[in-house]
Amino acid sequence: MAEFYSEKIAKSPRIDLIKDNMLKEMPQIEADRAVYLTESYKQTEGEPIYTRRAKAFYHILDNLPVTIRDHELIVGAATVHPRGCQVFPEYSFEWVEAEFDTLATRSADPFYISEETKKTLHEVYKYWKGKTTSELATSYMSPETLTAMEANMFTPGNYFYNGIGHVTVKYDRVLEVGYSGIIKEIEDEIAKIRVGDGNYCKKRNLLDAMILSCKAVIRYANRYAQKARELAQKEGNSTRRAELLKIAEVCERVPEFGARNFHEACQSFWFVQLLIQTESSGHSISPGRFDQYMYPYYLKSRKEGMTREQAQELMDLVWLKLNDFLKVRDEASAEGFAGYSLFQNLIAGGQDEHGNDATNDLSFMSITATEHVFLPQPSFSVRVWNGSPRAFLLRAAELTRTGIGFPAYYNDEVIIPSLMSRGLTLEDARKYNIIGCVEPQVAGKTDGWHDAAFFNMCRPLEMVFKNGYENGKQVGLKTGNVEDMTSFSEFYSAYKAQSDYFVSLLVNADNAIDVAHAERCPLPYLSCMVDDCIKVGKSVQEGGAVYNFTGPQGFGIANMADAMWAIKTLVFDQGKYTLKDFKEALENNYGKDMDWHKGEKLTVQVVKELAKKGKTVSDADIKTVYNTIIANNCTKEQKDFYAKMLADIEGLPKFGNDDVNVDAMAREVAYIYTREVEKYTNPRGGRYQAGLYPVSANVPLGAQTGATPDGRLAFTPVADGVSPAAGRDVKGPTASCNSVSTLDHFIASNGTLFNMKFHPTALAGRHGLENFVALVQSYFDRKGSHMQFNVVSRETLRDAQKNPEKYKSLVVRVAGYSALFTSLSRSLQEDIINRTEQGGF
Amino acid sequence: MDYSAVKGRIFDIQRFSVHDGPGIRTIVFLKGCPLRCRWCCNPESQSYEIQQMTLNGKVKTVGKDVTAGEVIAEVERDYGYYKRSGGGMTLSGGETLTQPDFATALLALAHQRGIRTAIESTGFAEFSVISKLLPHLDLYLMDIKHMDSDKHKAFTGQGNDLILANAQKIARSPVKLIIRTPVIPGFNDTVEEIGAIARFVASLPGVEEMHLLPYHRIGSDKYKGLGREYTLAHIDPPSQEHMQKLLQVVEGCGLRGQIGG
Repeated sequence: MAEFYSEKIAKSPRIDLIKDNMLKEMPQIEADRAVYLTESYKQTEGEPIYTRRAKAFYHILDNLPVTIRDHELIVGAATVHPRGCQVFPEYSFEWVEAEFDTLATRSADPFYISEETKKTLHEVYKYWKGKTTSELATSYMSPETLTAMEANMFTPGNYFYNGIGHVTVKYDRVLEVGYSGIIKEIEDEIAKIRVGDGNYCKKRNLLDAMILSCKAVIRYANRYAQKARELAQKEGNSTRRAELLKIAEVCERVPEFGARNFHEACQSFWFVQLLIQTESSGHSISPGRFDQYMYPYYLKSRKEGMTREQAQELMDLVWLKLNDFLKVRDEASAEGFAGYSLFQNLIAGGQDEHGNDATNDLSFMSITATEHVFLPQPSFSVRVWNGSPRAFLLRAAELTRTGIGFPAYYNDEVIIPSLMSRGLTLEDARKYNIIGCVEPQVAGKTDGWHDAAFFNMCRPLEMVFKNGYENGKQVGLKTGNVEDMTSFSEFYSAYKAQSDYFVSLLVNADNAIDVAHAERCPLPYLSCMVDDCIKVGKSVQEGGAVYNFTGPQGFGIANMADAMWAIKTLVFDQGKYTLKDFKEALENNYGKDMDWHKGEKLTVQVVKELAKKGKTVSDADIKTVYNTIIANNCTKEQKDFYAKMLADIEGLPKFGNDDVNVDAMAREVAYIYTREVEKYTNPRGGRYQAGLYPVSANVPLGAQTGATPDGRLAFTPVADGVSPAAGRDVKGPTASCNSVSTLDHFIASNGTLFNMKFHPTALAGRHGLENFVALVQSYFDRKGSHMQFNVVSRETLRDAQKNPEKYKSLVVRVAGYSALFTSLSRSLQEDIINRTEQGGF
Repeated sequence: MDYSAVKGRIFDIQRFSVHDGPGIRTIVFLKGCPLRCRWCCNPESQSYEIQQMTLNGKVKTVGKDVTAGEVIAEVERDYGYYKRSGGGMTLSGGETLTQPDFATALLALAHQRGIRTAIESTGFAEFSVISKLLPHLDLYLMDIKHMDSDKHKAFTGQGNDLILANAQKIARSPVKLIIRTPVIPGFNDTVEEIGAIARFVASLPGVEEMHLLPYHRIGSDKYKGLGREYTLAHIDPPSQEHMQKLLQVVEGCGLRGQIGG
């Protein structure tokens, strides 16, 4: 039995001083990276792409402002202003430019951008026209794919506009040997290859680019050392002066060389973490098993006299740093990934590669750091298995009880076999960590392309009712007139045909983007920290990783299960309604008016279209358009008929209530997506694997989905992840867990996401914690894969909507991550408030 | 005997209940009660008859005839949660003892499945009725509301003699007994009244625990929904400080006390 120290450790006053400074200002966009990138690119026209990427990285790191903030011990800032944001025009830029003037006022993730920065970026962007990954990807896509994307059947927005990210590198290796050691490894490989080898040219070029990138990082750290010495000279306070000199000493050592103690290890970690996110804009750069790879340095420093309080302070500082920069996304993506989140997933606990429990002091201190810092980063997770120490689970439950939405709980007993079914070795599978929201993989060996697209499972059903035809275009397959279908199996097959068709187009979109990244943005720096890129001489983007996947995620299972059940029982079993009735009811939104918010958005679209065609639009015209859009034109008879229909639908059993039949339907419907996805392969030599989670896209993508046969009204959110539809699970958390665990979580090896909301009273007292842990374990016994919780009362959230200034640091669980509640759009706030609240009695 | 076929009348099954016995539990609410406690938060439980109740503008039928087999099938759905949490099934009401055959069947079926059992009951029945249940029972959560029989009768419709006598008998059985007292301002919330109950509880052989359940108004809407008058509308729930004081009284008698279930 391992021993560990599980008590809480006091918070250093330094933590709140830094945090307060951090939250003072609105996040800001800075142009430096884009400027230096572009300068370098202009000078390297015509050179090999690896060289261009490495030289640009070098140029950026040699010129980015070096910023040491007050009170810091762990240094390295992407931006001059705290929580700032650099931009990455090599991936896409049009949307940033188009949204310059609305960035500061939009509802999701607003950013400040100065007039000067706008001007600078405007100049920079001139260079990038026609050179981005996004543009190249588009040209690789088939016309049907573009039509389907335009119709929002799925959205690959994430990688279409940004870098890939979604990776955990070999932090352990950098900590151990430093970049000088990695350069040596690359040089050894160069010594092995021969100039006559078939792959020599590209491999040699990539290896040289890797060395240049490592050197860039070493120089960057040394600039910090120099800056710290300069500040120390000017510093009047002797304590701070000593701290600055210490910073200088540490940055001279790491990450060039191996870390000798915990402080150096923390600093080395942070440079790696920061600079991966400077090389590329990809998010979900996940620290993974921090408690494991940092542990040897912790032990060594403890032996040398470091106190637990000192270790905790350093960890807290790393946690703060993970919140010190942000990503700007286009408005639509910002709603889908709302909350400024970077999804840097850090996980504690679980097993080692031999199957022993790996919980240690740092696993507990990670929980304490999350409590101390109380910010959305890192996205904190814990691994749970049948050998998890009770003390660890109860301590994790205490963190849950704070309402921060951390940790997310992951089930080793599902994830390990699930990963093995995808070809990982037992040892690798046991070492898994989580990327981004909920996606499991093994660190330093995987390019998972997790989060590859959102697939809205309700849209193919709409296509069945519309025979694939929408807004004047053939978007889907012609599966026949729905009125003519005479059996449930015929209807079901039509849905499967539509769904399969859109999956094939989704694959086309993802593969096009994949190829574009390999051609235009290979990443030498990232690649030198992922096996086997050095050995095979391929970047991560070209399939250099040991394990390659593409993981697009489906969502809306609950709506689909309830919808299929409604059709099966009301149309085919009971004969109460016809498919024609349903078709008309859906077209007429069950006789209900449309949501005004959606009405406004559609009106803007229509008016823009008219203006584009050169028509003048008066205020009166706009009013007419708006009224036509939101009003329904149903007769009283129709309205009464639809009201009865809705009541009949409401009376049916729903997914989430432990109803054996509906749950079985959900399992089958999920297979339609998951089993189809895994038939495909990607350009990196890997295969597709499905996930079932929505990030926060169930809200904006729900706003593009018409009414569905489960009684869901047009343009309202669809169900998130594998959770029951909001408010429909009424039999309590155990029934809800039983339903969700009916789904096959093994096949969704790219992760599943189950949201639960508890009233704080449900976790009160020691018994509350015990019962909570028992609930998690029982769900996991039934082979659920992931669980996460919001523990905050509805009243608190309502009050936060009314008085956002009082709740600046209220963190809530959104989807596979937590975010500041007040930074979320109103509709996402509503979605969170409307999730069924358990145990409020 | 085929317990599964035994019929009974319930008005609710509540899963993930964490305040009525240890761990995660499923509570089966049986319909019908011989007492008429004025503060009762489940007034729809009192009559054995199936009734209509209006809540939030919706008319709801209260009461359903079921077999013990049907009920246990639903209870068994959460078996894993009971095992992980040390929970099980709790029969509540109404008064469980008004349907002794049905209650016995449910408890026996639960034990056959390895599910631990509890009842919430005021013990108002001949002991011969109670003794039928005891072999299938792990925990008896028994209400004792007042030591003064006349006052008891005035507020609940029944005296307390039978209840107190049964408490002594149950205490001597192998079943674990915990006494619970609803704290109702104006009825039993003085230090003296709670003290009297606590002293009695302390005198019961093997009984170590007493829970004080502060009065709340959660059920008041239901009276209106049943067309009845709620006679305690003027009463405020006891303050936290007062509850703490009463808790000290309980603990002063050598008992482990607890506020809430």
